[in-house]
Amino acid sequence: MPMTTQLPKSSWLALFWDVRFWKILGQVVFVVGIVWVAAMLWNNLTLNLQKAGIQVGFDFLNAQASFDIGESAIAYSPTDNYGRAILVGLVNTLRITGIGIVLATIVGLIVGIARLSDNWLVQRLAIVYVEIFRNTPLLLQLFFWYFTVFAKLSQGGQPISFLQLSPEFAATLTGLTLFIGSFIAEIVRAGIQSVPKGQWEAARALGLKPEVILRRVVLPQALRVSVPPMTSQYLYLAKGCSLAIAIGYPDVYLIANTTFNQTGHAVEVMIILMAVYLGLDLIIAVLMNLFNRAVQIKER
Amino acid sequence: MSLALPPPPTEAATPANWVRKNLFNNVLNSILTIVCLVAIALGFKEFFTWALTQAQWNVLKDNLTLFLAGRFPADSLWRLWTILTLLAGLGGVTWGRFQASGRLWNGFSLIGFGILTVLIVLAPIELTSRLILAGLILLIAIGYWLGYVLNHQLNRWLSIAWLVAFPIIFWLIRGGFGLREVPTADWSGLLLTVFTAAICLVLAFPLGVLLALARQSELPVVRWFATLYIEILRGLPLIGVLFIAIVMIPLVLPPQMNQPDPLLRGILGLALFSSAYIAESVRGGLQSIPRGQLEAARALGLNSLQIIVKILLPQALRAVIPALVGEFVNLFKETTLLSLFGLVELLGLSAAILANPDYIGRYAEVYLFVGVIYGLFCYSMSIASQRLEAKLEIGQR
Repeated sequence: MPMTTQLPKSSWLALFWDVRFWKILGQVVFVVGIVWVAAMLWNNLTLNLQKAGIQVGFDFLNAQASFDIGESAIAYSPTDNYGRAILVGLVNTLRITGIGIVLATIVGLIVGIARLSDNWLVQRLAIVYVEIFRNTPLLLQLFFWYFTVFAKLSQGGQPISFLQLSPEFAATLTGLTLFIGSFIAEIVRAGIQSVPKGQWEAARALGLKPEVILRRVVLPQALRVSVPPMTSQYLYLAKGCSLAIAIGYPDVYLIANTTFNQTGHAVEVMIILMAVYLGLDLIIAVLMNLFNRAVQIKER
Repeated sequence: MSLALPPPPTEAATPANWVRKNLFNNVLNSILTIVCLVAIALGFKEFFTWALTQAQWNVLKDNLTLFLAGRFPADSLWRLWTILTLLAGLGGVTWGRFQASGRLWNGFSLIGFGILTVLIVLAPIELTSRLILAGLILLIAIGYWLGYVLNHQLNRWLSIAWLVAFPIIFWLIRGGFGLREVPTADWSGLLLTVFTAAICLVLAFPLGVLLALARQSELPVVRWFATLYIEILRGLPLIGVLFIAIVMIPLVLPPQMNQPDPLLRGILGLALFSSAYIAESVRGGLQSIPRGQLEAARALGLNSLQIIVKILLPQALRAVIPALVGEFVNLFKETTLLSLFGLVELLGLSAAILANPDYIGRYAEVYLFVGVIYGLFCYSMSIASQRLEAKLEIGQR
């Protein structure tokens, strides 16, 4: 027996009692509120910029940068323009990110496996490493590597002789690798522990050696689980490179910051930074998603 | 039909057997053990040679107050002691309250008090400070015992006490209302680190929960807005968010308005940034709640607010305690970035001390000390979370 308690339509009262109406009205009010606040802020912004005499627009990118950049993978001289300088910074960021991802993964894999080793000493050492590097700030670690290790190895700003790397690059890379490596180690450990015990036992029953079990049976399954959380660590690494400004490695953030200090174009620099980092994120996320899809077990 | 089988052969648990089983059970492990032992021995030798002969620890001894209290006026330091007393008492009671289902003196609490006592005995400080600190430890112990004994009678009073304590602490730091005012530019060192972390946590947590709920909302506009906010903030590095907060906020305020305090802008940036991460953690918890819970709550006739407050959030937050504590640890570590914007927190202060010609080149000593402070805070937070997790039996059901 269907209940039909319909209120008379086309009456204001019906509208008042209709939840859908309030939901739509609420959202309209929300949008109007956001637009109103945004418009007010934009208005203030233009007023403030006018007062400071800054013309909004990206034309300044063509002006001569006239600052030197410590190291660049592509040709650059102070007579080049700001756009070129930012590109140099971007390449420097990508260099650290690319090498850092590979190294941090290797460190994380080794430590993550060591964390579950049946050798008590190795296991303890892995725990100590993870706890030390996870529980101290990345910025502090960068300072530490730069001032107490790499700046001492290089005499007066020269590249470290046996590495052919600038101390800034070496410190940033080491700091990021070991910091992110400690997080990846925990991800790898969780991945290995997520492989059912039966897999170990079955492999052992087949007579496989321990290292073969790890390499051919456990790790392939463990790493599948680890890919999504590792993606966020890679993203963190790409973003963490911006901290290199503290020790003077010319990554894209440092160059953008210098550009802002010289020109005062806060809005444009902000937009560039957002575009660069959101783009970088998107690229890493898409690549990792493709990789994730490739390594997942195909079920029927 | 029972055969009297001999008991299985068991190895005696002697140290020699333990070593054989855990360190030298095969060739590879034996080699690894020896390599590790040699590396550890060399590392210790290097470290102690440096620490005892080359390192000049006076940089820490001379500046201990500066590291901890920053440039807080010396004649107002009693205010910070008062805060510590307040925190010690309340913290002790809270700890005891959560210990209530276990034994009063277990290994953990004894080790905790042991470490604190050793720290006081070893710390190079004046006698008066030493005595006050000893008194504080006694206070924690008494509070711990009280919380343990009173237990459930405390439930409501404890949260009220914390709520009242926050404004009092703020007043004691900032001054005003009869106390000498301390400008925010003089807040520095560990004081500023802990203060910003606490304030950001208080701001970011409710905002994060709201964002997580908004992202799950059935209203498309609200959902899109929350998603956009979360994804943009998570896509940017914190340093970029702080750049926006510190550089852009003055630009988007009306020209005739006074510029807000740099500390306030920094805190705002940090809180907005962490709220996006907290939101994602909470969302994980919300998604872990079975649909049946929601349907059952609706069938009981609860309204949306009641469902959120009484059904969804208690379960969701409980499920993500480890992730949330992880975010808090990150927040604590990330306060260091404020030093890049002229806010002199612990790391910024160490840079200032290292710039002093008297202490030139004392990087290793200072960074080691600062690292130990951060490590202690973060490590104890994660230990506390593990214990809370065990207590609430997450993952046991």
